[in-house]
Amino acid sequence: MNNPTFTLDGKTIPFTEGQTIIQAAIAASVYIPHLCFNPEFKAHGSCKLCTVKANGRKTASCTAQPQPDMIVESNIQELNDERRALLQMLFVEGNHFCPSCEMSGQCQLQATAYELNMMSPHFDHFFPDRPLDASHPEYLLDFNRCILCSLCVQASRDVDGKNVFALAGRGINSHLIVNASQLAETGFSGDDKAAHVCPVGVILKKRVGFVVPVGQRKYDLLPISALAKGD
Amino acid sequence: MSNSLETAQHPETLRRIAIDPISRVEGHGKVTILLDENNHIHQVRLHIAEFRGFEKFIQGRPYWEVPVMVQRLCGICPVSHHLAASKALDAIVGAKQLTPTADKIRRLMHHGQMLQSHALHFFHLCSPDLLFGFDSEVSQRNIVGIAAKYPETARRGILLRKYGQEVIRHTAGKRIHGTSSVPGGVNKSLSLAERDELLKDSEEMVAWSRDAVQLVKELHFKNSELYNSFGAFSANIMSLTAADGSMDLYDGQLRGRDAAGHIMFDGVKDQDYTTLIAEQVKNWSYMKFPYLKTLGPEQGWYRVGPLSRVQNCDFIATPLAEIERREFIAYSGKSLLHAPLAYHWTRMIEMLHAAETIRDLLHDNDIMGSDLTVRGERGFEGVGIIEAPRGTLIHHYRVDENDLISMCNLIVSTTHNNQAMNEAVRRVAQQYLHGHEITEGLLNHIEVAIRAFDPCLSCATHALGKMPLEVEVLDASGEQMSYLARAGDGASINC
Ligand code: SF4
Ligand code: FES
Repeated sequence: MNNPTFTLDGKTIPFTEGQTIIQAAIAASVYIPHLCFNPEFKAHGSCKLCTVKANGRKTASCTAQPQPDMIVESNIQELNDERRALLQMLFVEGNHFCPSCEMSGQCQLQATAYELNMMSPHFDHFFPDRPLDASHPEYLLDFNRCILCSLCVQASRDVDGKNVFALAGRGINSHLIVNASQLAETGFSGDDKAAHVCPVGVILKKRVGFVVPVGQRKYDLLPISALAKGD
Repeated sequence: MSNSLETAQHPETLRRIAIDPISRVEGHGKVTILLDENNHIHQVRLHIAEFRGFEKFIQGRPYWEVPVMVQRLCGICPVSHHLAASKALDAIVGAKQLTPTADKIRRLMHHGQMLQSHALHFFHLCSPDLLFGFDSEVSQRNIVGIAAKYPETARRGILLRKYGQEVIRHTAGKRIHGTSSVPGGVNKSLSLAERDELLKDSEEMVAWSRDAVQLVKELHFKNSELYNSFGAFSANIMSLTAADGSMDLYDGQLRGRDAAGHIMFDGVKDQDYTTLIAEQVKNWSYMKFPYLKTLGPEQGWYRVGPLSRVQNCDFIATPLAEIERREFIAYSGKSLLHAPLAYHWTRMIEMLHAAETIRDLLHDNDIMGSDLTVRGERGFEGVGIIEAPRGTLIHHYRVDENDLISMCNLIVSTTHNNQAMNEAVRRVAQQYLHGHEITEGLLNHIEVAIRAFDPCLSCATHALGKMPLEVEVLDASGEQMSYLARAGDGASINC
């Protein structure tokens, strides 16, 4: 028997039992903007960037499952406008100075902003004061860029079994912490999964910034929507 | 050398004129002039905003970010900051000697920058003054006017600059604000295709640069009295030179001469610059005044940039530029030529040297090598000095054991020239404004003097040859007596 299908922006997408909308879309090479979703981890639907309209109702496509013959809209102006506003809020809440950031060209937040034609931050910058944690000999934490996606928290807890990272505070006061006074005192290691999941530029291997020349960085040649996994 | 006209005896009795060019990138530069009722000049000061912010907010950042971050303090010569910072940080990663590929890629990038900056300055910013006259019709005094009257000159100016930018793009990754220079080396070399693309036009760039030297030389000879006297003042000079005494714009040791041309110091290592130079703060300027410690703040100020470099070195290693250097030295006679307008001549000699150097490097296969970085014993402090298009540029950093910057000191070219530019402006005020009513043409004389130094503020505000200016004449009680403004489109507004 053929797999059931739904339509995503007019395109027929097959899906299997248990798949979410975004998983089925990625399998069919269709891009839905997202930040806190990483195919390797259980989705938790926090950034809301992946919101689509499923049979007219807004839902996070990283957690919602499709129904047969469901009509899903994603790449439409209304949703893209909202996504852009979400991105703009992320940009002003932290300190995202792309011009001097070593992740420029390799950052999912920046690539998604380009994808959605974000031309300016629009809102007033918060300019939060977030000192770096450079205590670890091999890794640096630049909290200025954290978008609170929780991926490092999940990776450290679920894969590394370490709980190095956690999100603390609520609402606008949410922030990333480590489970000691500084990173060097946690059990963190460069071999951890958590060292390699940050979609922006918070968890950085030291002394290798800017080794990849312009033109060879992840998003230099193709926009994020054209990459296989969409990230 | 003179500091008269820096501070008037009784400023409260004098009228104040402020010439206020608005700068988009580096902040604000303005000239203030105090006059008595007979339009006699008592005080002239050039004020320029400084880059202190960078020195502060770079603190606490990881060191490898610095070469990319600090270049943002200038949109005109970012490559100079990118390279000066990288050179300083080479010491942090213990890179005593870069690989040949890294050294040559950086040099190629730097000479591309020199070529494009000097071409921009001469053809776009200054040739309108020099070819049409300082108080020629304002609507014509810009690159568009040059394109109409001297189309080939304008075309070459644009293409020389473009070529320099292409050299930067291929070596740095982008035409502006590239990222390729990293502590300990570079992150890319040239591909064969990139090399061939640049090689194609390299001879023509040398030929055009040579013609540019001829053009500026003819202008100088034709008006030699004006060119040799306009805003002229004598000064100490300083620049890097290579160990063999030749001109080296990328690396070397500090050498200084007194106003008569005698060598005062030589072979001072970049890491030791603090033994040589101190900075004085004046309450009327945001920009510090560097001076040579041995001579003190009154006598120890100096001039940097092309006019100093061409006269400070013993020779230029590329043959065509060396022929031109010799002619310049023969012209200036036994002592140094101090005329600000001679900057243009020397700048074009440097542009020719840059074009020759680029061509020669493009014939060197090391620029396509794959050995890009070196590391050695970790250091905690580093100084990088480079000869930027506008003059000596010093970057100095300390880095803590966690790899974060704990101290940053930058002395940019325009700061080294602070006192010298003040002197030039004072001379011009004395020569041309003293006892006269102000006109737009007279205002432009002040600008012509400032522009000769190619300070960042002139580039930033002057892309079309029309620096927006305001001159206000106030009487002693602060009442406005007259007002003259020039809009960004060059139109004069008399009020
Ligand atoms: S540090 Fe990176 S991975 Fe962790 S929550 Fe922040 S943005 Fe997400
Ligand atoms: S990707 Fe679905 S909510 Fe973040």
